[in-house]
Amino acid sequence: MIDIVMMTGTGVLLGLAIGLVVRYFGVPVNPLVESLNELMPGANCGGCGLAGCSDYANAMATGRAKPGLCPVMSAEAVAKCCELLGVESDTTEPKIAVVCCSGDDDHAAKQAFYNGVNDCLNAMLVAGGSKGCTYGCLGLGSCARACPFGAIEMLPNHLAKIHADLCTGCGKCYMACPRNVIKLVPRSAAKVHVYCNSPKKAPIKRTVCKAACIGCRKCAKTAGEGQIIMNGYLASINYDNPPAEGIVEVCPTKCLRKAD
Amino acid sequence: MNKQIKFYGGVKLDEGKMTSNEPIISAPLEPLYTVPLQQHIGAPAKAVVQKGDKVLRGQLLGEAGSFVSAPVHSPTSGTVRELSSCLGPAGAQLPAVVIESDGEDTAAEPLPIFANWQEASPDELKARVAEAGIVGMGGAAFPTAVKLSPPPNVTIDTVILNGVECEPCLTADHRLMLEHTETIITGARIIARILGVKQIIIAIEMNKPDALEMMTKKAEGTGVEVVGLRVLYPQGAEKQLIYTVTGRKVPSGKLPAHVGCLVTNVSSAAAIADAVCLGKPLYERITTVTGTPVAKPGNILCRVGTPYSSALALCGGVKEDPLKIISGGPMMGMSVYSLDIPIIKGTSGILLLAADEVSQYTPNACLRCGRCNDACPMEMIPGILSSTIEFHHFSLAERWHVMDCIECGCCSYVCPAGRPLVQHMRRAKAVANATRRAAEAASKK
Ligand code: SF4
Ligand code: SF4
Ligand code: SF4
Ligand code: SF4
Repeated sequence: MIDIVMMTGTGVLLGLAIGLVVRYFGVPVNPLVESLNELMPGANCGGCGLAGCSDYANAMATGRAKPGLCPVMSAEAVAKCCELLGVESDTTEPKIAVVCCSGDDDHAAKQAFYNGVNDCLNAMLVAGGSKGCTYGCLGLGSCARACPFGAIEMLPNHLAKIHADLCTGCGKCYMACPRNVIKLVPRSAAKVHVYCNSPKKAPIKRTVCKAACIGCRKCAKTAGEGQIIMNGYLASINYDNPPAEGIVEVCPTKCLRKAD
Repeated sequence: MNKQIKFYGGVKLDEGKMTSNEPIISAPLEPLYTVPLQQHIGAPAKAVVQKGDKVLRGQLLGEAGSFVSAPVHSPTSGTVRELSSCLGPAGAQLPAVVIESDGEDTAAEPLPIFANWQEASPDELKARVAEAGIVGMGGAAFPTAVKLSPPPNVTIDTVILNGVECEPCLTADHRLMLEHTETIITGARIIARILGVKQIIIAIEMNKPDALEMMTKKAEGTGVEVVGLRVLYPQGAEKQLIYTVTGRKVPSGKLPAHVGCLVTNVSSAAAIADAVCLGKPLYERITTVTGTPVAKPGNILCRVGTPYSSALALCGGVKEDPLKIISGGPMMGMSVYSLDIPIIKGTSGILLLAADEVSQYTPNACLRCGRCNDACPMEMIPGILSSTIEFHHFSLAERWHVMDCIECGCCSYVCPAGRPLVQHMRRAKAVANATRRAAEAASKK
């Protein structure tokens, strides 16, 4: 009997204490943050540069961040955010990630057999990885594991492939890749890409990879003025003024390809 | 000797030192030397020669690029064929000077000799160490002159020369201690003079009784103390060595200087003696070429820039195809995939392993057996850390002192689940360093 009374008494007392604490010390929730939170995609990918969706919502409400930084949010959702916040809508250009390498096992020479930890950085720490080219994709999928949207598929012949329909341009893969093979480019201009990342001289590249850009300048000459820029021995697309898709025909090594 | 303190953890290894009785042979001249400008920790050296220049043996090829850096000298006389890059032992491309030997091997004017170094000022001697491009020759290749400039708020009272050579298979230091005993002792005394230290200790593992005896005999009356240490890997690691010899513990994240000690390798001490007494910069070193596939394993005095393949050819080539080539020893060495890599100041050995000596593990989940905790000489928790790292919790790993890891590999060696523990540690350290550099770059902006 006495224990029942004791337990009930304790329960009532603690309940009262909690009630009082909430009443007097409770943090009022900003209704703006709540409605913003509802608009967030909830992917918590960090692509906005903040610690996740609710942090970004808070930051917007307190003016620490602008709307439109989230790569995942739809245009309507961004517009609604702007409306709630009473600011001019200002969306940033959506981006997409590109793995700038064609060196899968069929094209790139293997210099060594690596069977250590299945991680690109680990492979780099041991003799620079197994592929002959030290600029290309190592093919061990650190990016694929980092992608919060499952947009990266690791091809069986060791090359990362990005599925454009799933990629939100959050840049996680770009941060994860120890070789800096992944580039973030404006989605609207992502029609053709140079799938090579090596600035080495052509003869050196050719010995390690059959698909390397050999710096022949054919594409740069054929394309319009300033559409393809030569960075030494590596062609690079000017995404502010991209060339037409037909340009891929001229590339002898087929490292200049339509977006896949 | 039995009362000697023992450091925590460690493992007993099969020593495999099959070249202990092979006298040092000097390698003949090579037609071509590829001398990397980065053979040390720190900034690469800046080339001071150009394509087509004539150089002499011992002439400066590259000057120190910053405070933590070391100059590089020509291994022979000849012409600079080109300034290019070459593959280094860690797999990165290193800037390099390629020298075509003229076969004469004409020496450049040596650096001024200190006929009486006992009277030279410590600063002069230290400048010489820097000028001669001396680095830690045990493997890490940290510029010795930087080590000899401790921060102003610490006093160093003990110099320890590391003749432990706890890495299995390697015998380069062992042979040096036998054949150049006096040079090492002179080097030790020069270091002590630079730092104004009275106590000099040469530590040798007891599996080298001949070296221990020789060193003790030659050290008599020089004020240098020689101690024999119990055979346990990694006895030659800096912090473990200090602890066994002096009983002082280097705190986490601190340098040996904070407990008043300085440790250098015996080869570096010998190089210092050569630089001071003979005016000879560091352009050659002893490298052990060993392993069961090697026809005649041996200890070879190689000039810096000699390709691994030539060193191997000097040892009679291979009897059977090796499956793995390691630059350094089996515990801390690096696998390499090419024999075109040049020997550098830190190349203590080249080890070839036959197919039946290389084991292949499939890593399993951690059994929580704790053996790695017992083996880790840094008293860390490698098993738990490795899981943390596997799940990318790098900042947590850093809080749990992953940066203290000395990459000795004891944990991976003992793990019954075949987990790649030290590999995970190295990754976490690489990530932590990259994060730190990124933060520094961001704060500078
Ligand atoms: S793109 Fe980068 S992270 Fe992805 S698999 Fe290739 S090397 Fe690894
Ligand atoms: S592929 Fe890269 S940029 Fe695209 S969603 Fe995945 S991590 Fe983000
Ligand atoms: S965690 Fe580091 S220091 Fe400890 S045993 Fe493993 S490799 Fe050695
Ligand atoms: S030795 Fe291996 S299995 Fe045992 S606790 Fe350490 S990591 Fe786990």
